[in-house]
Amino acid sequence: MELVAAAALGKFIGAGLAAIGSGAAAIGVGHVAGNYLAGALRNPSAAASQTATLFIGLAFAEALGIFSFLVALLLMFAV
Amino acid sequence: MATETHAAEDTGLVFHPLDQFIVKPLFGEGPIHWYTPTNVTLWMAIAVLCIVALFVLGSRGRAIVPSRIQSVGELMYGFVYKMVEDVTGKDGVKYFPYIMTLFLFILFANFLGLIPMSFTTTSHIAVTAVLGFGVFICVTVLGFVLNGPAFLGLFWMKDAPLVLRPVIAIIELISYFVRPVSHSIRLAGNVMAGHAVIKVFAGFAAIAAISPVSILAITAIYGLEVLVAGIQAYVFTILTCVYLKDALHPAH
Repeated sequence: MELVAAAALGKFIGAGLAAIGSGAAAIGVGHVAGNYLAGALRNPSAAASQTATLFIGLAFAEALGIFSFLVALLLMFAV
Repeated sequence: MATETHAAEDTGLVFHPLDQFIVKPLFGEGPIHWYTPTNVTLWMAIAVLCIVALFVLGSRGRAIVPSRIQSVGELMYGFVYKMVEDVTGKDGVKYFPYIMTLFLFILFANFLGLIPMSFTTTSHIAVTAVLGFGVFICVTVLGFVLNGPAFLGLFWMKDAPLVLRPVIAIIELISYFVRPVSHSIRLAGNVMAGHAVIKVFAGFAAIAAISPVSILAITAIYGLEVLVAGIQAYVFTILTCVYLKDALHPAH
């Protein structure tokens, strides 16, 4: 019985720890967007051609946050 | 199992935030086989019908000055065409129909999922994995057919120092095989997370003290989800273009 309780406790702690990954992904996405804006304000004429790169960078940074979200979901509902 | 039901009672939610993603058969209760019509097939069919309706109605008039529906169709066509041309170059335009199909299906599935009480087909990894692995298999086969063994040059960096090349090759190989996984999970995860957040706030709306805040939050998150629905369709398509470019021109 105590083992089951410990497992449930560990599940919730693990899901909470996985949520840190979402915060880290937020930092990454902020970096991408901020640096894009900084570059775009220095050279506005080149900004339009780089929006595709911006979105690819955002997608890559965000995917890792989604992975950690997925780990949290798996811990909560699948394990 | 016992702990889960207990946890649901503790939080005071009358429904589970992930209940909205349950696949149900349309008729009766029976077990779900591969041929059973479910709510997933229904909403996929609606998405396809909407796309067909948009383009059949839009291209019917062929007016010089486009009607409203025709200009929507033209805008989407031009947008995806320009994206394919910009990212993959002139020789990638041959594969434009495939990319256009992917873009429209994901866009319409995402937007139809935002209608209250509807079902979001793209929130299931099973659905997006078919799209993602389809792209992966197409691109890999295409790369080997067009370039032969030279396609492996994608992993062998010519401009890196010789000592580092095997290490980089292993890393590139791993990242190549993770592509379909991240490609599909990105779409499903984003859509699922957004919808689950809306449901969580909907659960808070039942508590009188915080219901105004929570309804405002639902409205704000719904607006964000409209944005995410478009951006994720765009991101899925542009990554397909990037992978296609790798297959067409493996030498960087």
